[in-house]
Amino acid sequence: MNGLAALMSPAQASMALPSQGTLLAAEFDNLYAFILWASVISCAITIGGMIYFALKYKRRTNTDKTAYITHNTFLEFLWSFIPLVIFMVVFGWGWMIYNKMRTFPDNSLEVHVYGHQWAWDFTYKSGKKVANEFVVPVGTPVKLIMTSQDVIHSFYIPSMRIKQDVVPGRYSALGFTAEKTGDYHVFCTQYCGLNHSSMLAVMKVVSKEDYEKWLQENDEGLTLAQRGEKLYSGKSCVACHSLDGTRKVGPSWKGLYGQKDHEMEGGLKLTVDDDYLRESILLSNAKIVKSYPAGVMPVFQGQLSEEEVNALIEFIKSLK
Amino acid sequence: MAAHGSNYINAEKGLASWFTTLDHKRIGLMYMISVLTFFLCGGIAALLIRGELWTPGNTLFDATVYNQVMTYHGAIMVFMVIIPGIPAILGNFLLPLHIGAKDVAFPRLNLASWYVFMTGAFLAISTLFTNKIDTGWTFYTPYSLKTSTAVVSMVFAAFIMGMSSILTGLNFIATVHKMRAPGMTMLRMPLFVWGIYSTAILQVLATPVLGITLLLIAAERLLGVGIFDPALGGDPVLFQHFFWFYSHPAVYIMILPAMGIISELITAFSRKTIFGYTAIAFSSLGIAAVSFFVWGHHMFVSGQSEVAGIIFSFLTMLVGVPTAIKMFNWLATLYKGSIQFRSPMLYAFGFLFLFVIGGVTGIMLAVIGLDVHFHDTYFVIAHFHYVMVGGTLMALMGGFYYWLPKMFGKMYNEFWARLSFVFIFVGFNVTFFPQFILGSMGMPRRYYGYLPAYQSLNQISTVGSWLIAIGFLISLYTIIQCLMSGAPAPANPWGAKTLEWTIPSPPPHDNFDVEPIVTAGPYEYR
Repeated sequence: MNGLAALMSPAQASMALPSQGTLLAAEFDNLYAFILWASVISCAITIGGMIYFALKYKRRTNTDKTAYITHNTFLEFLWSFIPLVIFMVVFGWGWMIYNKMRTFPDNSLEVHVYGHQWAWDFTYKSGKKVANEFVVPVGTPVKLIMTSQDVIHSFYIPSMRIKQDVVPGRYSALGFTAEKTGDYHVFCTQYCGLNHSSMLAVMKVVSKEDYEKWLQENDEGLTLAQRGEKLYSGKSCVACHSLDGTRKVGPSWKGLYGQKDHEMEGGLKLTVDDDYLRESILLSNAKIVKSYPAGVMPVFQGQLSEEEVNALIEFIKSLK
Repeated sequence: MAAHGSNYINAEKGLASWFTTLDHKRIGLMYMISVLTFFLCGGIAALLIRGELWTPGNTLFDATVYNQVMTYHGAIMVFMVIIPGIPAILGNFLLPLHIGAKDVAFPRLNLASWYVFMTGAFLAISTLFTNKIDTGWTFYTPYSLKTSTAVVSMVFAAFIMGMSSILTGLNFIATVHKMRAPGMTMLRMPLFVWGIYSTAILQVLATPVLGITLLLIAAERLLGVGIFDPALGGDPVLFQHFFWFYSHPAVYIMILPAMGIISELITAFSRKTIFGYTAIAFSSLGIAAVSFFVWGHHMFVSGQSEVAGIIFSFLTMLVGVPTAIKMFNWLATLYKGSIQFRSPMLYAFGFLFLFVIGGVTGIMLAVIGLDVHFHDTYFVIAHFHYVMVGGTLMALMGGFYYWLPKMFGKMYNEFWARLSFVFIFVGFNVTFFPQFILGSMGMPRRYYGYLPAYQSLNQISTVGSWLIAIGFLISLYTIIQCLMSGAPAPANPWGAKTLEWTIPSPPPHDNFDVEPIVTAGPYEYR
């Protein structure tokens, strides 16, 4: 059982939960403890009641007379209402925790995650790329921007109590703030074929200084945004999209990212985010910005790698 | 009279008379033989899975075989055992008897649905053992579009079996509405009939969605139509919405008839009228209705909108309430009863015990913040086995032992039946309780290999699977021994009050020599 102990800190051992990697994990554990105890009590009442009745009213003779009880409105109200109240409490509590899980601070450190059969790749804004082992600084909000290159995977960090499917063709995100340095397991939890169970990664949480040092190591290449800038001219985006706000064939990229009420032909208004940019790059005619011509921009689906798309998006993000 | 003379089993002779029979009782038995055979196949696959998981690495076979065996176990048990199990076997046998009818409304359609089911089943079995398939029983896209295994023939098999399910559901709805004996009002029907009726509605309304979805997969694989594959402009998460729009109601297709059986067992062996008849009857319909609006709780981390996730979490809580009501009604029925510990009643107790655990863990998973951690871990595996095996299979076994004397006119050996219960019940808990712990520790499902830290609990679980296997072997022996040399069964060995016990065991070909006239409810123990 030594292995078990290594996975769990003593506080969580009684509930068999992994060690707490975030403050949110502690909140999760409180809710789980509450619902676990409520469940144990409910089981004790129902199973205990069943055993008590079974023994107490055991058949004595073959002519036993039984009570003829068809219903009891008060009791029935009670045992519908009490469960409903408990269910609503845990529902609301779970909602609060979920809200915190899904709220990502604006100053989050963003890391791009690519799932593919059967490994995880990570790319940092500095351009640093690693596989199956990635590093994040302690005490800093981290946002993972994830997509898959083939089938659906799922990114699961048990100690952080968070998980999100990684779907091809779109971005999903996970956010957390690691509280303690150390190594954490990452599992793929969506069945993805032959080596699904070997699709593991390790997340190293290190001090901020160590993180900075790690990030500089053999980093001769370009940052992600710089790579995007090269693609901007290399893929001829420059022909139609300006960087200074002037109107050309297509909309300018200046200050584009995060723009609210970005209006499309047909009246749709949206906020410019990763998914919108991805779609506009790969399937350029899916949505046309109001007052711009349709069908002009080539379709880049299959022409750009996932990483190149990300580099372009990072470049657009950097154009404040 | 008929007890010593002609009954439905000996009314006609020869194999041909079985394959062309229109008698609902014979069709029920034919389903029984088919489903039990498939259960054996699915059970062997389960033992292989547990055997392989004895060690973190390669124990019996490699990951390729493991992924296939895992798919076989899930697909066989869901589509060929648990879904058709109670409605097709006991529903066919009992529905007309319970409402005082000669047969179901459309006997020919009934026979046809058995043939359709068998066609689908043979296609499925032959796919599993010749062409292989490794998608898991859920066929999630885009993996199911990309894998080189025989997805198309497997989804056609599931499509065909779904067709049979629709036909049976239609037949049962018509039977309940049109074939009731004089005086058998809806509120005098046994609760088993209410369970089957609610299930039939789900079968008719939900199964077509599965059929369409599976055809879309076939179309995408064969014709390259981009529906679910993002590389072709499709949306893989759309598949999950379609799939669970059927497969969540299907969970209630599995459990509602089981709940019906439990109501029959508890009243008969407590010799007491059911507590809250109308509440149980209408909560079945209530569960059936709400079950259409909770599919998204399978998709909390899939990338569906967060608002949708919260709404689905809320709606799922609402299904919990009628389920809790039923639980308390059964307990209240025990109060001041005259309780006899015969094997069927032991299975009913087993059901209550396991279903409570399945229920409370279901609530944990419905809490959206908690599910994010538990989703796709062994916690979920443990939960749905507690509901499907602990619920449906326990009820099916209890129902078998309860109606065995009626089906074959012979009594089984009480000692062996009780012994098999002990092995199945204990073995079940030994197998699946450790999986809750594994899941909370974070062990993901569908894992061929796992961290060494998880090994001891996995080994306990594997030992439990052997106990279950022993339990079912003892049950098989008990049933064979009952058929070979069981003592003759009286018309009403349990002193129960529903109509099937008023006619000889086994029943005559036409069920009732004289059409019964019903003047009271099904549980008039005074």
